[in-house]
Parts: sequence; structure tokens; C-alpha cells
Amino acid sequence: MSPYKVSLKINNLSVSVDEGTTILEAARKLNFKIPTLCHHDDLCVAGNCRVCVVEQVGNRVLPASCATPVSEGMEILTNSMKVRQARKHIIELLLSEHNAECTICYKNGNCELQELSNEYRTGNRMFLDVLKKSAVDISSPSIEKDDSKCIRCQRCVRTCSQLQAVSALGVINKGKDMKISTFLNKPMNDVVCTNCGQCVNRCPTAALVERNYIDQVFDAIYDPKKFVVVQTAPATRVAISEEFGMGPNRSTGKMVAALRRLGFDKVLDTDFTADLTIMEEGTELLTRLKEALVDGKNVALPMMTSCSPGWIKFQEHIFPELLDNLSTCKSPQQMFGPLAKTYYAEKINKNPADMVVVSIMPCTAKKYEADRPEMRGSGYKDVDFVLTTREMGMMIKQAGIDFEKLSDEKYDSILGESSGAAVIFGNTGGVMEAAIRTAYEIVTGREVPFTNLNIKPVRGMEGIKEASVKIKDVKPEWSFLEGVELKVAIAHGLSNAKELMTSVKNGTANYHFIEVMGCPGGCIGGGGQPIPTNMEIRKKRAAAIYEEDEKMTIRKSHENPEVQEVYASFLHKPLGHRSHDLLHTHYTAKKRY
Amino acid sequence: MTKVEELVKKQAEFHGYKRESLMPILQAVVRSERFLSEEAMVAIAKELDISTADVYGTASFYTFMDTKPRGKNIIRVCKTITCHMKGKDGVIEALEDTLKIKLGDTTPDGKFSLLQANCLGWCHKGPVMLINDEVYPELTPQSAVEIIQKYLKQK
Amino acid sequence: MDNKIKKVDLIFENVDYLEVLERSFKRSQDEIILDIIDSGLRGRGGAGFPTGLKWKFAKNEEAEQKYVICNADEGEPGTFKDREILTQVPDKVLAGMALCGKATGANEGYIYLRGEYNFLLPSLLSSIEKFHDQLKQLNFDFTIHIKSGSGAYVCGEETALMESMEGKRGEPRNKPPFPTTAGYLGQPTSINNVETLVFALMIAKEGPTKFKEMGTFDSRGSKVFSVSGDTPKAGIYELELGMSLEDFVNEFGDGDTKAVQIGGASGFCVARKHFKETVIGFEGIPTGGSMMLFNSTRSMFNILNDYLEFFEEESCGQCTPCRVGCQQLLKGIEAVKRGIKPPSYLDELQKLSETMKLASKCGLGQSAPNPFNSIINNFREEIIY
Repeated sequence: MSPYKVSLKINNLSVSVDEGTTILEAARKLNFKIPTLCHHDDLCVAGNCRVCVVEQVGNRVLPASCATPVSEGMEILTNSMKVRQARKHIIELLLSEHNAECTICYKNGNCELQELSNEYRTGNRMFLDVLKKSAVDISSPSIEKDDSKCIRCQRCVRTCSQLQAVSALGVINKGKDMKISTFLNKPMNDVVCTNCGQCVNRCPTAALVERNYIDQVFDAIYDPKKFVVVQTAPATRVAISEEFGMGPNRSTGKMVAALRRLGFDKVLDTDFTADLTIMEEGTELLTRLKEALVDGKNVALPMMTSCSPGWIKFQEHIFPELLDNLSTCKSPQQMFGPLAKTYYAEKINKNPADMVVVSIMPCTAKKYEADRPEMRGSGYKDVDFVLTTREMGMMIKQAGIDFEKLSDEKYDSILGESSGAAVIFGNTGGVMEAAIRTAYEIVTGREVPFTNLNIKPVRGMEGIKEASVKIKDVKPEWSFLEGVELKVAIAHGLSNAKELMTSVKNGTANYHFIEVMGCPGGCIGGGGQPIPTNMEIRKKRAAAIYEEDEKMTIRKSHENPEVQEVYASFLHKPLGHRSHDLLHTHYTAKKRY
Repeated sequence: MTKVEELVKKQAEFHGYKRESLMPILQAVVRSERFLSEEAMVAIAKELDISTADVYGTASFYTFMDTKPRGKNIIRVCKTITCHMKGKDGVIEALEDTLKIKLGDTTPDGKFSLLQANCLGWCHKGPVMLINDEVYPELTPQSAVEIIQKYLKQK
Repeated sequence: MDNKIKKVDLIFENVDYLEVLERSFKRSQDEIILDIIDSGLRGRGGAGFPTGLKWKFAKNEEAEQKYVICNADEGEPGTFKDREILTQVPDKVLAGMALCGKATGANEGYIYLRGEYNFLLPSLLSSIEKFHDQLKQLNFDFTIHIKSGSGAYVCGEETALMESMEGKRGEPRNKPPFPTTAGYLGQPTSINNVETLVFALMIAKEGPTKFKEMGTFDSRGSKVFSVSGDTPKAGIYELELGMSLEDFVNEFGDGDTKAVQIGGASGFCVARKHFKETVIGFEGIPTGGSMMLFNSTRSMFNILNDYLEFFEEESCGQCTPCRVGCQQLLKGIEAVKRGIKPPSYLDELQKLSETMKLASKCGLGQSAPNPFNSIINNFREEIIY
């Protein structure tokens, strides 16, 4: 932070702020709200929507408050005649090139343009309609793109390039034809888009939204022939409350109760398969280490986690040469599906053909993942429908369930039990922490040497984290690991992942194990989570996740009794024959350009 | 490696692999190929390690960077104010008649594309047209046709 | 020539530029800059920022690398003088760049040449080669490169030009920071119009006094004008600044001039009744040189339509007031003409054009409404009927 202070006046009130502060930020300090559209706390300044213009005494033009740093003695008016006129005009102009069918719009009630035009009571449309004809792109199973709703703020473009280093979306053409599009205007499903949905989280209107499957799920629920089970991802339980105005909060019990009231036949937990993932992935890591250290085999190390489908697709496109480094484990969602349609179906005596597996995910890429040809281990489509946290919120609202007043309920058994290690999958660093809790204990017979099992070095919002664990006094069968310092790294958000992968590719990094989550903050910041998002919200969700972990009686994946049972009676052992068939897969290179 | 890929590789070697090289590389491809094909843009993205959407987005900003196939000779008739006042419409009509194509199109033999452009900087000598980089000021419909006929005679 | 129109010959005069440079290289940076400041030279591209001040800002920045850019993206409709300068006296332009390099502490220069002028490339490149050899003999380290545009009017805006030079879409940046602080590749950059650089050289040659004595208090010196439209004397003329439009029309008009567009598409349209009181210069109507004359046979609706169509296409599209505003002005006059909107809609559009002026991100959007406002104010009936 700069030590220099700058004094200025905003609406005749004095304020002193750090040099480099923008007018917008300074006004916020004085509790003056200046409307914004292209501005987003997570992204670099754009200054292109111009709705945040203010009057600066002595300046011939109205500067954009989001893009203009304060200067000494500046006098700013945020609501002068000139400003009001300009702002109204700008909103009117945006509406004149906007498909303003608000009542039938998917984002009705959660649209920043709608909110603004409501605030300014823009009433009858002043200007001529200059909306360009366009078709809605529904090529992707995850994301729908509707240019007629786009206000060209470029938040999505900045998200795709800065946060995610993907740049599937770009700005195309100029002048009246300027728009947001893909390479040669190809369908979203044909380009390098990872389906992460971060653009959806930041789109102020309905130009980018998730593909919605609510009706299909309700149809299944109402079909008497179908047995519909639902699984819920770790990060959904701390964010669904936001859909009901309750902020980020632990609300697992209410969520389970709501899903039961929606009519799902069984409410089960992806956390169960998160624990299972640790068993499989932890064993896979130890096996790779043994092959490398004892057998001298040329195995791909560092091993990398494979839970995040946005990250998987990123690797397929951008670093196909590192695909062997990915753990062969399917994600918890895709472990759940085949287990539900084999092991579980058998237990409850159902024909898997009559089963429908629905998952509630903080993620849009999970929709794509469920559609992958690799994901048919049970002989059926393992996961039938994937809904985001937001869609779950919509279903609950449509069904007239008063979420806030619900009493806590418990998941059904089996496939409903889980550990604290599973719920932290929702945070960046969580898979790593869960894996270390279990692997360390398997190898040494002792708990990890961290207070209350909380492995602090792998936690937090830093883009790339590194940690190491010294392994000592191992059990005899793991003697090859005696004295080894296990080195790990964690990245979240694909631009951080790209940086980390570049160092792996160049051979400048020597880790054993890497966790990557495609979204900032991990799944709690996923593309299917409630809108809006920013660092503050993500930190609250993350804190709720850790709280949830601490409240669990079981904290380690290998202690989950249902996991022990599934190995005893069905899978037999991690990486065994059945695991291989149902729970593991390989990915293949995709076109980068 | 295809001809275009080779061209791109050579240009990237020459101009360097930084983002600043994008424009000169795009320009070189347009000069040789008359337009930016999908293949060319993919090759450029690869060489400079940027996304294809970025390459396309940049190219589509500039009027002279066509992403549609164009003829060997690209005619751009200035359409801005003074050239309009001085009769560019008649010039375009005469060219359309001679080439038997409409404005915006390319002759079936791939020899000519007929386009309009914003101000070419010859307002005192309008109407004016560019054929590739060559300027032809003070046109009449007749002189424009004569110029095209000269191009037709060259093989 | 009418004696009220004073013809000047500084720009195209052949001078021993090497002698000027040799002399200047022996002076301090401050001495060179002070002369430019003293002369009152203001940028000749149209915006008119004091050149000496710009150089001083760049000089005062501490940086390992600084740049000089010659803005040869002459795209303003009605302007064609930079092309002529680059054709006739390229060496003087290059010398002006080297002078700016010396004054600001830059050892690299770029000419951003619009794609429409690609035919100038071979001759410019050979001039540069020769000039580099000459600089070697003067023991001055300065290298000049050319970057070409590819057809985008907005790249004449200085920060858009730099974005384009960096291989990106030519979208203007937020200011501040200004180019003298963070310009090309984030380094301090002084960017000057072609003509400005030649004047700077001439001021270094002859001292500031001769230049300062010409013109008016606000508009010192002379300026190269591009004269086009309904005139028997279309062409390029260097004239002393500060003349009245009436004198100008008397000299260049065809006897039937009803309006003159000063400053190109982004400039102002002046009707005959205002010729007398209109001064051509920064105290009146400034211009990058474009003077377009229209006689009574011309439809002002068609002319305005052309201007607005130009902006609708050439706006970069990133900011709302410019991208949508230009479309609304164009569609708006068509709607009024066809009776879809009442004549009073023009008043709404004039309010909108005020917003465009105030709230657009760059000079393009801020000036695009100029022809609209001035034509509506002067020729409203031609737009409606």
C-alpha cells in the first residue's frame, strides 16, 4: 500500500484515501453508491460501460469513476444534473440494443441492467431499437450464450483471459458490429471453453447463463416409474443459503430437508464419494511413488488431482502432454453415479434402468462431465442430470418451500455418510488436506502432525500454494518412504493452474502431488454458485466449509464406515478390479486452437 | 506443414514471438494469401502462444484484415463524403458492370474483390480507389473501367 | 492570394536538417524543450496539446526505455496533408523524431503509418535507412521503425494507436495514465503528429520567435490545410493561423459556398451566416487541417448521413455512449426524415449528443456528435424535410 494520502471532496464531503484509489472506491468509503456495470471486484478496470461517470469540477468531460484515480484537491459530484442525464442516457442506450423481454428472461430478478433501469425508472423507451438479430448458442451442455442480452461490458472476456487464461471468449469486430464471440464465431462447444462458468458468475445480464435442466428433473420426480436419487456436492451446502438472502452459511440440514420435500426418493451425498476418492487417489499416489522410488519405473509425477472437470478439459486442450499426470480417478460426482447404479441399486433392489441420478453441483462444467462418453461405467449414463446450486434454489422456490424455516434433516443411508475430509473438497487445498490426513496415517500409523488435523499450510486464497510434509517412522511396508519429504502444490483458478503447469512442463517444479481446482477459491467459487461472487463472499463460504469439517465426528476419509463397507462387500480394495471398471478413467488430448 | 503454416512460422521467426508481432504477421499473411483463413489464424495463435479468439478478435477489428476469402486484386473504393459527393457511386456501378459482381463480392475466377472503404486520404482528388496498395485518384466511371481492364490483361 | 490569407512555407521548405540536428544535439534537453514551449507550438493532429509541455512530461519521467511515436494514422475524412508531408519531406519528419528523442531521452522511434498509405512504405524505408547512417555520423543513437495500420480510423487516437502497435485491437485506453507516463509497452512515450514534428524541427532551426510571431495568441504559427469539396482549388496549403472563415472562403470557395466543415468528420459545420465571425484556430474552431467546402447543390442531410455512417462503423465499440450513440444519431435522422419520429426527436438527440461528448471514453466518441449538432443547428430544415 502506498504511504501517500490524497484528500478530495465528494459531494462536498471531505475524504482522505490512499494514492491510487479510484473515485469509485473513495465514494464507497463515504457510502455513496455509484452504479457500475463493467466493473467487477475480481477483474481489472475496463471503464467501458460509462454508467459510473461522475462530474469532476473543472473537468470538461465526465470521468469514469471506476477507472480514474483520485488526485489531490479533486471535487467530485456523483449525482449532479449532468451526471443524472448522462447516466439515464447510457442506461437507455444499453436498453436500445438489449433484448429487454425481462418478464420471460432467465435472469429476471437477478440482472444488473434490470436493477439499474428500475432504479432510474427508465419508463418508455426513448431511443430507437438497434438490437441485432442473433441465435442463442445452446451447443454446450453447460453454458448458454445469448448475444441479444449482451451489454458488451466484457466482464466475461476479462474473466476468461485473466482469471482463467483460456480466452475462449473475445471481443470481435468494431463499431456497431462489436460483440463478444468465439474464434470465427464457432459454437461454444467447439472451442477451448472449459465450461467453468466463471463468465456466467460475472455476466451482469442473461447473455451467459447455465443450461437449465430443472424441468427434466421435475419430470423424472413426477414419473412414478423412476427412482430418483440426488447427490449434493460439498460446496453447495454453504452457498444455497445465499439464494434465500441468508448469506453464505452452513445449511446442510435445511438443504437435505428441502430436497426431500422436492420429492427426491433418496437424498444422498457426493461427500461419500469424496471420501472414496481419497481412498482411491491416495492409494494411487502411494503406488506411483512406490513404482518411482522402488521399482525405478518411469511413472508420471507429480500426480495431479482430477476432481474438477473444468480443469480436466483445460489440460486436454492446453497441456495434453501432462494428461498422464492426472490421477485416473473419476471425480466424486462420477464415482457416485456408477456406484449408485450398481452397488446401491443392488442393495435397494432397483433396476438401474429405472434409476435417475441427479447431482447438485456448484459447477457448470459438471454438466459437460456427466455427458462425457467416459462416464458410462455402470452401463448407463452414470449421472443423468446435473443442476447448479442456483437451479436447486430455483426448484425450492418454485415448489414453495420456505427454506429458512426448514428443520435440519439427515442424508439417507447408504451413500449418505461422510467425513470432514470430504466436505473440505469444496475449498482450494481441501482435496490435498484430505489426502494427506489419510495417506500420512496409512503410511505412519499416526495422525498428521497438525493441531486438530487442520493442515493450515494448504489453506487460504493465495493463487499457488506450496507445502511439504516430512515422512518419518513409517510402517515397515512403507519403508521406501522413510525420510522422504512429500512436496505438494495447490492451484485454483486456471490462470494459476497454467502458471503451475508451465513450471511442471519446464521441469522447474519438483512436486509429488498437485491439487488443481478450476475455479477461484475451489468449488465454493464454482461457476454454478449463487451470483454475485467476490473475494469476500468466497472467503465466507470457505470459512463455513472449515467449520462444517470441524463439526463432523469423523474427520478422515478412511474412517467413513460406509466407505469401509463398500470396500468390504463390493469393491474389495482401492484400485481393485471393480474400482478400475467403475471409478477410473483416462482423458484424451483435444485441439488447443 | 502446409504453405500457410510455413509462411506464419517464417514471419514469427522474423518478427519475434511477442504480442507486438501479431499485426505484422497478420499483415504478411493477408499480403500473400489475400485473407486470413482459419488455418492461418490457428497457426499464428500457436506461434505466438495466444488464443485463437484473440487472433480473430484482433483481425476482425481492422478493415483490411479480411477473414473471408478475397480475390487476387482487392479494389477498395472510398465511400466517405467528398468521394461520395464527387461520384463514387457511378464508379462502383461501372465496376460492378465490368466485373459482373456486386459490391462486397469476389469474381468467380478469384481475380477481383470489389469493396468500399472509409476515407482513404485523397479527398482533394476523389473519387479514389485502392487496388491492393496502389492508389487511383480522380476517377471517372470510364477511367475506373480502363484501369480494371489493364489488370485484366496482366495474367 | 488574398492578402488576408497568408501563405507560409515552413513545412515543405528544403532545409539542412542535419545541420539543425547537429546543433541541437549539442544543446541540453531543457534548452530544446524551452524553445518549443516558447514558440507556442500546439499539436497539429487536431487536439492541440502544447508540444513543448508534452516533451517536458516525457523528459521528466525516469525510465530505462522511452519512445517517440510519429502518428501518421491520418484518417480524419478531409485530411490528407500528412501523406503529402511524408511524400515530399520525409527526412524532416525523421529529423523531428530524432529531435524529440534527444529532448525526451528516447532512443527508439516508431512511425505508425495507416494501412491506406502502404504505398509510401518503400520510399520511407529507404529514407530511414539513409537517415540512420546520417545519425551514426552525428554519433547519435536513435532507431526508427515503421508499424503499419490496417484500416481503423480510431487508431489515430494516441492510446488506441499504442494498443494497435502492441498487436491488439485498437481500443483507446483509460486516461490517466497519459502516454508520457505510460505509453507504448507501458513506457514513457511522446506521440506527435507528422506535421508537429516538422514544425518542431523548424523551430529548432530558426528559434521560437519567427514561429511565435505568426498567428494569434492562442494559435501560434502556421498550419497545413487540406482543402477539399466544392472548391476549384482543392489541395494542400500552409497558411498562417487565425484567419477568418470568410477570408478563407473568399480564397477557396466556388462563389456558392453554403457551409464549411472545419476539422473533418469530427469537426464542426459552419453555415454561411457565421463565416465572418468564425476564426480558424484554437480560439475559434480548431482543425487538424481538414477544410471541406459545400455549395448550395449539396444536401446537408446526405452529408450528415455520411458522417454518422462513418462513425457508426469506425467507433471501436467498447464504450456505450459512442457505440450505441452513433447508431442512434444515424437511425434518428433517418427516422425523422421518414416521419417515423417527430422533428422534436432531434432535440432529444441533441441531448444525447451532449452525453456522448461528456461521457465517451475517448476523443472519437466525444467529438462524433460535433457534425450532428452543428448541422442540426444550422440546417435543421434540411434534415426534417
